[in-house]
Amino acid sequence: MKVRIYSAALAALTMAITPNWGSAHESSTLAKVRARGELICGVGTGLAGFALPDSDGNWQGLDTDYCRALAAAAIGDARKVKFVPLTAKDRFAAIQAGQVDVLARTTTWTLSRDTANGLDFRAVDFYDGQGFLVRADSGLTSAAELDGASICLTQGSTAELNTSDYFRAKGMKYKPVTFATSSETVKAYESGRCDSYSNDSSALYGERRRMAEPDKHVVLPEIVSREPLAIGVLQGDSQWSDLTAWLHFALLIAEDNGITRDNVETYLTSENPEIRRLLGVEGNVGELLGVNKDWALRAIRAVGNYGEMYDRNLGSGSPLKIPRGLNALWSKGGLQYAPPLR
Amino acid sequence: MSSGTYRPEPLLPLTYCQSEPHPPAPPPLVDRGCFNWLRRNLFPNWRQSLLSILIFSLLAGTAWHLARFLLVDAVWWGDTGEACRPSDGRPVGACWAFIADRYKYFIYGSYPLDQRWRVNTFFIAGGLGLAYLLWPRAPFRRLGLTLVIVALPLTGFIFLSGWDAVGLPDVPTNLWGGLMVTIVVAAVGIATALPVGILLALGRRSHLVIVRWLSIGLIELPRGVPLVTVLFMANTMLPLFLPTGLNPDKLVRALVGITFFAAAYLAEIIRGGLQAIPRGQYEAASALGLGYWKTMVLIILPQALKVAVPNIVSINIGLFKDTSLLLIVGIFDFLSTIETARIDPRWAAPTISTTGYAFAAVVYFSFCFGMSRYGALIERRLSRDHGR
Repeated sequence: MKVRIYSAALAALTMAITPNWGSAHESSTLAKVRARGELICGVGTGLAGFALPDSDGNWQGLDTDYCRALAAAAIGDARKVKFVPLTAKDRFAAIQAGQVDVLARTTTWTLSRDTANGLDFRAVDFYDGQGFLVRADSGLTSAAELDGASICLTQGSTAELNTSDYFRAKGMKYKPVTFATSSETVKAYESGRCDSYSNDSSALYGERRRMAEPDKHVVLPEIVSREPLAIGVLQGDSQWSDLTAWLHFALLIAEDNGITRDNVETYLTSENPEIRRLLGVEGNVGELLGVNKDWALRAIRAVGNYGEMYDRNLGSGSPLKIPRGLNALWSKGGLQYAPPLR
Repeated sequence: MSSGTYRPEPLLPLTYCQSEPHPPAPPPLVDRGCFNWLRRNLFPNWRQSLLSILIFSLLAGTAWHLARFLLVDAVWWGDTGEACRPSDGRPVGACWAFIADRYKYFIYGSYPLDQRWRVNTFFIAGGLGLAYLLWPRAPFRRLGLTLVIVALPLTGFIFLSGWDAVGLPDVPTNLWGGLMVTIVVAAVGIATALPVGILLALGRRSHLVIVRWLSIGLIELPRGVPLVTVLFMANTMLPLFLPTGLNPDKLVRALVGITFFAAAYLAEIIRGGLQAIPRGQYEAASALGLGYWKTMVLIILPQALKVAVPNIVSINIGLFKDTSLLLIVGIFDFLSTIETARIDPRWAAPTISTTGYAFAAVVYFSFCFGMSRYGALIERRLSRDHGR
């Protein structure tokens, strides 16, 4: 009898002190975020155009703007975001442990990350891919003309593998010149050691700007690998992943309809049924997503449409001046496509 | 010839190696004056002279290049990276305009603009505290020492992170950054690692088995792995073991990791100091009827710590520099703020990175050299009796 009392007490004690492992999945992320009144957003530790603190320490970039939009949609206030800088190694552990609600950290959507790492990717906020930088006076206009060229590459990078694949597939030859770090690689290219330098195209534009004479180098139009940088959320919470996806789609639809941060109020009286549903004038889209009616309106008010976000951080309005390319709307020949909002 | 009489052997004639006194040596050369010093130390013979000339020309060349880069060709004013771009063949050195534009970020990180007075207050309090420590005849020195070394960093941490009860709004540590993080982490680390290290050192020499084994574990575990591993463990692994919702602050986790790491090294250094104290000191203390703690606090530790001062200072300098590893766990210390600022496309120019690193080197050197000089001062003050 006594033994049973003791073991019962021990069991109760164990229950009390054992961490509640399952609690992450019991309540939805959206409910947690709304209860907390703050979105915790995992971003990079500094990448130009995507997430980088300015002189006052405010985060600027496409990824951080997306988080602000998500906070506006989920909580109603774009300022209620806590940015948590994560290194590439840290990022998956951070989202698995529930330290961050969403991962907007230039993460390539791959099969293993979608399955083994327990993440869900629904919205691709930037289609990146590997490009080639060449000297403008070389007269090269296409990567197909690079046969026999020497190419500066960083050792062990995906760029090294992709280049090999690309040239093999095209039946062309090239001479790889590899270096241990990317800054060494860029320096070597700049000093004329190779005909071309290859890296992710978003990085190429930033690296070109740091060169002594940026105008003397051009990025070739071909993108030879697929690097869809997507917003990651924890697997198994479809309400939350729906919201992250449809927020991105909403910003695309806004761009397609010409709705911007400045003119969004004038569209509240629009007769276009999709715009009326988007801005919450009619229908129950917000309700279906579990947020307020004006979720998209608040997001657009905070950061503008996708095109504005792009221009401000990466495109013509930024020093990087990366052309829209694959990231143009579907209606303009790009890949950014939104399913119908109804 | 009777056998009974003693006959000494005939004496050999005395011989000397030299029959005359050595002629007096000429008086020493006048060994004073700049010229003679140079000849004696740098140009004693042709080989050494050649070496001296070679080394000096190398040094002069480096110094000239450095001066050109840092001062002569440097760009002092400008709003964007365009100002620091070489144009029409003019070489461009360090881009100080970039540092001038970003220095606030390097100091405060993302700390909210309207709360930065708190950081300034903390810096001023720290400066006053240091000045007080340097003043040998300051009143209430003993109390002051404890206040500055232990209380100031800890209250400073609370002051900076906020306390709603006294009307200081919370500033989450993810907004902290820059030099402020480096100083706070180093100061709190030093303030907590020293007492923990002393306790671990005493524990390792304790007769109580459990205390001894526990201390050995706490010393050997952090010493057996690199600091990066400790930080990773504290940052990435710990949250996976803890229940969700219980998320200790990122900076606090890193701080605990750094403290234990430094404390483990300090403990061994202090143990070395303890072993240098002769047994007679313990016996004398016992003879006076002092208990364990009184013996330690009044007799043993003051002597042991004095022996250990140079190494303690080394560990603290190391701890200050180790704060740069915080970037790995996503905390923006001083070096990380430079790392992120240098990739800003608005300030894209060829020499931006070099400028940033040069600035970091100057700042780190001034802090570490200051700490080293302060350590030397303490040593001189403590070792008056031994005169070593």
